[in-house]
Amino acid sequence: MPVIFILGVLFGITLTMGEIISWFRIQEMFLFDSFHMYGVIGAAMGLGILFNLLARKFDWKTRNRRPFDIYQYEAGWKRYLFGGAVFGMGWSITGACPGPLFISFGAGYVPVLIAIVGALLGTFIYGLVMRKLPS
Amino acid sequence: MFHLSPWPWYVAGPAITFVMAALLLTGKRLGLSSNLRTMCSIAGAGKLADYFRFDWKSQTWNLVFVAGTVLGGAVARFLLLAPGPAALGPDTVSQLQAMGIEDAGTAFNPVLLFGTDVWSHPLTILLLLFGGMLVGFGTRWANGCTSGHAISGLSSLQWPSLIAVVGFFIGGLTITHFVLPLILPLL
Repeated sequence: MPVIFILGVLFGITLTMGEIISWFRIQEMFLFDSFHMYGVIGAAMGLGILFNLLARKFDWKTRNRRPFDIYQYEAGWKRYLFGGAVFGMGWSITGACPGPLFISFGAGYVPVLIAIVGALLGTFIYGLVMRKLPS
Repeated sequence: MFHLSPWPWYVAGPAITFVMAALLLTGKRLGLSSNLRTMCSIAGAGKLADYFRFDWKSQTWNLVFVAGTVLGGAVARFLLLAPGPAALGPDTVSQLQAMGIEDAGTAFNPVLLFGTDVWSHPLTILLLLFGGMLVGFGTRWANGCTSGHAISGLSSLQWPSLIAVVGFFIGGLTITHFVLPLILPLL
């Protein structure tokens, strides 16, 4: 657990130092006005792919010698496209995805608490209506 | 305190991969939005919907991770990062200023949305609440957010994550280009 906590601290520091928690940076990304956010996500993803390929080739395991816990998404497209679009709208309005919601609070942007309450409310509503949604 | 410059993409991006890889090596995985479900479960939402009836204690580690990110945000903002604006592209500054966001280019976050005055502006409160609801609803429907799909999912070369990221941009581009220009001037 201490390791997990420290990794969380590092993640919070990274998203703040990289200005990924800035509402302005998210607008700039959606306006295609800067390479910054594309660089961040692209570099993280590209190196992530490299890590996963190396892990597979050399059979890297967790520290308990188990295979990595890689979530396998169910096939399909509707929930990913529609759910993704709904999230994208919220990302543009609040300037925050779920990580930055909490990091922004730590960084002192207290009104983000309203968006956190909203996110919990949205999650709850999803839980109520999920069976009626295309998946 | 240390007045450090913001990190460029080639520092922040690899640092994110480091966290993702380290979590995999400890037997966990990077994904923030599942915590929203866990929090609802702890608050007792399981009484009203099956979705929240699951072994949330197995997810405690992820709440510990979130607690770390909150501390990390505070450490970076108050001790490491120099106070100052996000250095935005010129078009972003002029477009946002035209919509009434006057501190675009001179602030880190808009005072209109994240300043202390927000609490006395019902419309802003509603906007943040509604935006947050879309984040919660959408990430649970898509089963992941930027960290789960764009980082963990795309890194493990999964098609659903690519579809989700396309969805993120369809939603975000629509709001930024067509909806915010109508709403922001009202705040």
